[in-house]
Formats: sequence, structure tokens, C-alpha cells
Amino acid sequence: MEVAAAKAIGAGIAVIALLGVGVGIGNIFSNLIAAIARNPAAREQVFPIGILGFALTEAVALFALLIAFLILFA
Amino acid sequence: MIAAPPAAAEGGRKLAGPLEQFEVKRLVPITIGSTDASFTNASLFMALAVVAITVFLVGGMRGRALIPGRWQSMAELSYEFVAGMVRENVGSKGRQYFPLIFSLFMFILFGNLLGMIPYSFTFTSHIIVTFALAAFVFVVVTVVALARHGLHFFTYFFPQGAPVAMAPLIIPIEILSYLSRPVSLSIRLFANMMAGHTMLKVFAMFTVLMGIFGFAPLAVNVALTGFEVLVAVLQAYVFTILTCLYLHDAIHLH
Repeated sequence: MEVAAAKAIGAGIAVIALLGVGVGIGNIFSNLIAAIARNPAAREQVFPIGILGFALTEAVALFALLIAFLILFA
Repeated sequence: MIAAPPAAAEGGRKLAGPLEQFEVKRLVPITIGSTDASFTNASLFMALAVVAITVFLVGGMRGRALIPGRWQSMAELSYEFVAGMVRENVGSKGRQYFPLIFSLFMFILFGNLLGMIPYSFTFTSHIIVTFALAAFVFVVVTVVALARHGLHFFTYFFPQGAPVAMAPLIIPIEILSYLSRPVSLSIRLFANMMAGHTMLKVFAMFTVLMGIFGFAPLAVNVALTGFEVLVAVLQAYVFTILTCLYLHDAIHLH
């Protein structure tokens, strides 16, 4: 197989990891909404942790993207 | 190169590819011995970030009014935000680390935000810069832990209450996860900045290349720019709060 074709396939497979990240981020925000709905007064406490969780999960997405870029361009 | 959007020619003008914005250009070539110590565009923007932070804080607090005006309010807000973060996440013993955490937060924040200005350079989009910051944090946290606890620091890798039989499994995993901290810290910031700016550039290219229908990628670009400003602030916050959490672990060893 040509190197170029293999690179394209490799990069495509690498981004399948974003499936898990999508589920994770949806999970975080659904729980955030449920928590705020149950107890609106806790919003200032819960919101920063929710955003931190989102940023950390998004980082995993970017790790996968980084691998895809490394496969394609390095 | 496969799949790299080619630099297209548009009406005689050459369109830059999406990765050219990350190129480090020497502005003032300086060579010390055999080392290249040039003043680059990355250095320029780091210096600009420091100048901007200094002007922001010194200028804001110049009035020293008891009831703050707008600028003083913003300077005090940034101080209180980081002070609150340190107080909550590091505890009372963390007060001495506040200047470090504050400098880290403001540097990364201003670096990220300066990159949102058109035609500027985002120095946090380079892995070597974010790796330097993350390695610095890692070394500081480890030295603090070793200085405070001496050899007792190594019990950090075996959490209390875990069955001793599991030790050969738990300890390597804990050590590995500790060593992966600077890696994850640096890659998170770098990848967020680089991916964001690359996307902005790609949609900008579409806007130019699509002629009359360019309003669609332009609308996406507007939304993306707003999102990127949010990401800039968020990533500075995440870097700082993770540093605070690691410091808490180092000081309290759990």
C-alpha cells in the first residue's frame, strides 16, 4: 500500500477516539444540568467543576487529534 | 504532503496554508557562540504579553480608590479570582505560591488572548513553550513535595487503605500517571490553541475561495472566533487550577 494512503487511513482510524469523548462531554453536561435543576442554589459551586471536567475531557479529544496530525504530517 | 490543504492561488495572490501561521520567524538574528538566540516573533509576543499584564495591573491600581473604578475593578477581579483559586485548592499553606500561580495564569491568559488578534502570533500554540511551562510546574511541585516531606514523599505513590497485595500493580501505575502530568498539561494547552487557530485559518481559506457563497464559512468563522476566545480563557484557567491541585497534592500528600 502507498505510504500516503496508509497515512490517510491511519489518521481516519485515530479520530474514532472522539466517539468516547463525545459521550463523555454529553455525560458531564447532562449531569451538570440535572444537578442545577435539582438544586439551583448550588449553581456557583457546581458550575466551575463542570467546566473543569469539560476542559479535561476535551483534552483527550485533542490528544487523539494530535495523533492524527502526527500520522498525517510526521 | 497528503491532505494538507494546498496553498491555492487566488486571482494572482498566493493564499497561505493553515499551518503557516505557526512559523517562527527571526526578527532580530542573534547568535551566541553556536546557539541561535534570535529575537523571534514568539519572543516578541511573550514580551508584549508581559508588557500588557504590567500595564493592566499597574495602570489599574494607580488610582488606589477605595471604591474602584472600572479598570481598578478588573485588576482587582483578576487578583481575587486567582487568590480564591489558590485559597480553595491549595489551602492556607499555599499562600506563598500565590505569586507563581498568578504569574502563570496571567501569562497564559494574555498569551492566548493576544493570539486572537488578527495577524498576531500565539506563542502558546507551540509545544516547546507549553512544555517549558508544564515542565517548570512539574519540577516546582516535585521539589516542593520533596522539600516538605523528604523521602516520605514516595508514599504518595501507594495510597493508604489500598490492599498491600495490589502494591506491585498500583505503584507503577501511580508513578506513570504522575510522570504523565507535564505531558498532559502541555499537550492540552498546545493542542487546544493549535487546533483552534488551524480551524479558523481553514474556514478563512474557504471564505476566500468560495467567492459569493463565502458568507457561510464566514458565519462559522464568527462563531468559531467567539468559541476560541472562550477556549483561550478556559485553557488558562484549567492550566492554573491543575497546577493548584498538584500543589495541594504535593503539600498534603494525598
